[in-house]
Amino acid sequence: MEPEKPEQPEPKTPVGLATRVREGMKEDLEAIKTKANKDNVKAEIENLKDPTKTQLYKSIFRVKHEPTPRSRSLGVLTNVFLHLHPAKINRDAVRFSYTWGMGGITFYLFIVLTFTGILLMFYYHPSKGQAYQDILYLENDVPFGKLLRNMHRWGAHLMVITTWLHMFRVVLTGSYKTPREFNWAVGVVLLTLTLLLSFTGYLLPDDQLGFWAVTVGTNMAKASPMLGNEGPFGAQAGMTPYNDVRFALLGGSIVDANALLRSYIWHCIAIPTIVSVLLAVHFWRVRKDGGISGPAPVMLESEMRAAGSRAVKGAAGK
Amino acid sequence: MDWHQLWTIATLPDNIPIVAMLFLIPFFSWLGFRQAIANDRLIAQLEADPKLAKTHHRKTWPWQPNWTKELHVWPYLLRIEFLATLIVTIILYVWSITLNAPLEEPSNPNLTMNPSKAPWYFLGLQEMLVYFDPWIAGVVMPTLILIGLMVFPYVDANPLGSGYYTWKQRKIAIGAFLVGFATWVLLIIIGTFMRGPGWVWFWPGQTWDHNTVLYEVNRDLPDLVGITSQPWKGIFGAVVVGLFFALAGFVTHKLIMRKEFDKKILERTTLLQYLIFQFFAITVLWALPIKLLARQLFRIKYVMVTPWFNI
Ligand code: HEM
Repeated sequence: MEPEKPEQPEPKTPVGLATRVREGMKEDLEAIKTKANKDNVKAEIENLKDPTKTQLYKSIFRVKHEPTPRSRSLGVLTNVFLHLHPAKINRDAVRFSYTWGMGGITFYLFIVLTFTGILLMFYYHPSKGQAYQDILYLENDVPFGKLLRNMHRWGAHLMVITTWLHMFRVVLTGSYKTPREFNWAVGVVLLTLTLLLSFTGYLLPDDQLGFWAVTVGTNMAKASPMLGNEGPFGAQAGMTPYNDVRFALLGGSIVDANALLRSYIWHCIAIPTIVSVLLAVHFWRVRKDGGISGPAPVMLESEMRAAGSRAVKGAAGK
Repeated sequence: MDWHQLWTIATLPDNIPIVAMLFLIPFFSWLGFRQAIANDRLIAQLEADPKLAKTHHRKTWPWQPNWTKELHVWPYLLRIEFLATLIVTIILYVWSITLNAPLEEPSNPNLTMNPSKAPWYFLGLQEMLVYFDPWIAGVVMPTLILIGLMVFPYVDANPLGSGYYTWKQRKIAIGAFLVGFATWVLLIIIGTFMRGPGWVWFWPGQTWDHNTVLYEVNRDLPDLVGITSQPWKGIFGAVVVGLFFALAGFVTHKLIMRKEFDKKILERTTLLQYLIFQFFAITVLWALPIKLLARQLFRIKYVMVTPWFNI
């Protein structure tokens, strides 16, 4: 069967191409004119005045921002950077005198160091001879290169200080106690890695300062019991300068090109990656252990249960 | 007196952080202990008045009846965090604009730096090299310190003082930590300010003299008491080390048993927890300062000499 044919239009006088284009354009202009009429434009500008109502905004932020409890909670919970936080916290936990903000400041410094570190990597080659030249180039020719290097250097110092102070605060507030023992242990590893980051970075300018500091430092590895060629029982365990733990650290028996490369990879890739993973664990545990430990209501000696049970009776009224 | 020398050390850009620490540590200690004292006062008051203890909200600041228990993170926490990052950024900018990171000559294996100092936070380790052989100072001690720190929560059986500043309820735990911390800071300060070329001791105000020749002789303890041949040196040393363990352990025990309250806490402590605490107290908290004093006061190099290793 033949498919039904659409009704044939009435035969018209044939129209020339130019006329058809003209007609078409008239139609299009007409359509735009209607869109662009005064009232429509006004309405649209009015809409732009509240950008949070635009599709663009909504696509990025997903929830309206209003001073309502629901919106405030969602603003935190639906944001990938903020969702580390709970929506609400204990009213006293925001007291600066309790945490000194030290954990957060340490984390911020880690971010600053990552940022400045990546910028430095654009100018740095981890090879003997070139490395030192790159630092000179950064210091003298790269726009803001000196500032960049200084910020990375002093940021690292500051991070060591704030990590210590953070640990000091955790001790003074007894925040390592059950259930936070494990997070404390994660913290100790983070402290060690922070120090190792500094140490591996020290060699990278390949100047006298770093070279001799790393020489002294890795000479200690030479003395490891069993694992170092000069350490107790090292020789008995078959250690020589060419197979002991120091050799593994330096990629050779002296601080040279291989040591520079290994330092670089530890400093720029390996340790930062491990730190990032552990930080995720650290923050996750802070949340899972019930948020910041305090400021908690004080407990009394007279409320301690008998020995054998670790728990303390709950504070009054709880 | 050569104050210029001290000024040179203190204003070395890489040493600025430690000078800053001289202010930061006291400040934060004050901030913490001020709250500890206030809490301790409240605790004493509540212990004395059980009726008040039943109704009190148990914090040092006044309780407002209309307060909600919780706050929204947005904005109450986020604004603090934002402010903190802002302030840290400003500090870092000012610091980086005013002081330049050091850059020495290109590395040269044939030209030894003297003194060759690690960055300040490693000077504790480097200074320990004076008192112990490298395998102890560089490997065993750091390992003990780190493991000691990690087990700290697991051996502290005191259930009080979790989540608030207090001194009276946690004297031993806080005391032990502070002793270790103070020793560490002391080593760093010695390493930074007292050590010159050749790692020779120079008092602050003394000029670093590259030609100093030391006449002092460091002796081994066995030689001092007239034991000069193996295996007696080793055996004597083992006895001395054993005695040190016994004595330090005894003093530690006395220290953690001084108060009635401390005895109660000990009751809750398992034997394993107790032994681990003793081990780290003896090997880290006691051994470090004692070897330091033995060296500085009596010029004793080793207490135990064996053919394989010396302590
Ligand atoms: C890279 C270094 C570190 C970072 C970035 C970091 C970050 C944080 C942050 C943001 C918090 C939330 C509370 C606060 O700000 O105080 C926290 C809590 C905590 N941190 Fe760390 N931390 C680090 C190292 C350490 C170290 C060295 C320790 C201890 C040895 C530690 C133990 C803890 C504990 C036990 C908590 C829970 C405290 C509480 O609930 O009050 N952290 N950390």
